[in-house]
Amino acid sequence: MIHLPSDHSLADRLLKFTSWFCGLLLFTFFIYLFFDIASRGFSHISFEFLTDPPISAGRAGGIAPMLVSTLLLLALCLLISLPIGIASAIYLAEYTNEQQWFARIIQTNLNVIAGVPSIVMGLFGYAFFVVALGLGFSIIAGSLTLACMILPLLIRNIENSLRNIPNEYRINATALGLSKFRTIFQILLPMAARGILLAVILSIGRAMAETAALLYTSGYVTRMPESILDSGRSLSVHIFDLSMNVPGGEQNAYSSAFTLIVMLLIINLITLGLSRTIHKRSV
Amino acid sequence: MNTSTTQAHLKAVPENYTAAPGVDKLPALINIENFSLSYDKQPVLESLSLPVYKNHINTLIGPSGCGKSSLLNSIIRLTDYHDNAKLEGSINIEGKNILETSTDLLSLRQNIGMVFQKPMPFPMSIRKNFELPLKEQGVKKRDELDSKIETALKDVGLWDEVSSRLDKSAVQLSGGQQQRLCIARALALQPKALLMDEPCSALDPIATKTIEELILKLKGKYTILIVTHNLSQAKRIADYVAFMWYHQGRGKMIEHNHADVIFNNPSNPTTLAYVQGLTE
Repeated sequence: MIHLPSDHSLADRLLKFTSWFCGLLLFTFFIYLFFDIASRGFSHISFEFLTDPPISAGRAGGIAPMLVSTLLLLALCLLISLPIGIASAIYLAEYTNEQQWFARIIQTNLNVIAGVPSIVMGLFGYAFFVVALGLGFSIIAGSLTLACMILPLLIRNIENSLRNIPNEYRINATALGLSKFRTIFQILLPMAARGILLAVILSIGRAMAETAALLYTSGYVTRMPESILDSGRSLSVHIFDLSMNVPGGEQNAYSSAFTLIVMLLIINLITLGLSRTIHKRSV
Repeated sequence: MNTSTTQAHLKAVPENYTAAPGVDKLPALINIENFSLSYDKQPVLESLSLPVYKNHINTLIGPSGCGKSSLLNSIIRLTDYHDNAKLEGSINIEGKNILETSTDLLSLRQNIGMVFQKPMPFPMSIRKNFELPLKEQGVKKRDELDSKIETALKDVGLWDEVSSRLDKSAVQLSGGQQQRLCIARALALQPKALLMDEPCSALDPIATKTIEELILKLKGKYTILIVTHNLSQAKRIADYVAFMWYHQGRGKMIEHNHADVIFNNPSNPTTLAYVQGLTE
């Protein structure tokens, strides 16, 4: 084995230890969080908990309406934001370069939107979607507000994965007489598929955790939503309400939180599996 | 010849190239006349002319940075990638000046194939690599697609190696195979000419030999314009050689003639110095 003297420098060892330690810290934190919630929430999880409506403001009963509302919110939000996100990212990555003023204005806008506190976003959603567009407290108003929140994240990540594709592929495609349309949809987007999935995972996490932006837009009634124009309470809002406003609701708050985390984990695993198959297919 | 005389020859670059008297009156598929190219008002190529003879191997040689690749890119308007590229003069392909704005760029690029230095198959199946450009050209029928793919792969001698794995990824092939795949991908569109930008510089000697044999085989069927840094490669395959040089950053055409004239008895002293390996 080759002896590397730099291995023995104090700075090198310190760097290695510090980065290892920080990684461990992060991992421990996640494990602690997960097991804390699991130990308090898991015992109460049952089939009935997932399929029953809440009783007594959520102190008893289940979380079926919240599960449905959450999934509806998530699905609608992705349905709205993904096409817009992909189209904007294509525009930024394939039709502008980072130096152009219009592209720079869009980038700056995205950064500002990404930094807007979610409570402010919720007020905007209330004023615009709920009141001005007359959608009322509804799943659709909540989804639109969530879409506004996750769009910057989505666009940025998709744009980056498109920009990371070596330019030679574009030049080769052009030299073969391929149209820009075919190049983008049949070569570049499939190559960026993994990055797009990663962007979707991040966005789902953000959307599922969101509480403040939904309070004023999708509302907090606990009944089962009948349509997307109906009001619905998301799991995160339910957890917030149980722990802040409902004395004696802690047990169900923990169980709901556990359900939310498990849902997130399942969605992450599915997406990860999907990205693996895409990777296998292309290499 | 010592260094100082070489320097003297470099200064002797003629201001205006005129067609070498020795070159045959052959039909030229591509006729470049008084062509100038500049990027951001920075001249790259200056009023150069070159006939690319039909069904022959035309070779471009010259030092790095003299604009050989830029000339190749201009022929299929890859220069459009640059926002501030200015192309002047004319590049006539079968009598049509492709520098005109009305040029149908997709069909221009389907008519004139290009192979690059670094083989870049798309990261998808071998079959899909062919199907994308073929479908763009309007080939839709399954059996027609299959037969065109088979013909192109046979043309480059890759059929026996890949026929059983057409649905496997193209990036798993070796470098030499990838380059032959890229040549086949261009040939599948049945272009009139094939432009090659140092197609062997990323390959090992054995793969290089295979590609050279392939180029010699394609001659007669296709018009080939190949840029090479490798003088012995040019000697081995070229019918005609054009020698470019730069002067104050501007690429110029110095001499164009039969390969044996350029290598054995060039009329320009700079050409002589270059082919004897005394400059670069």
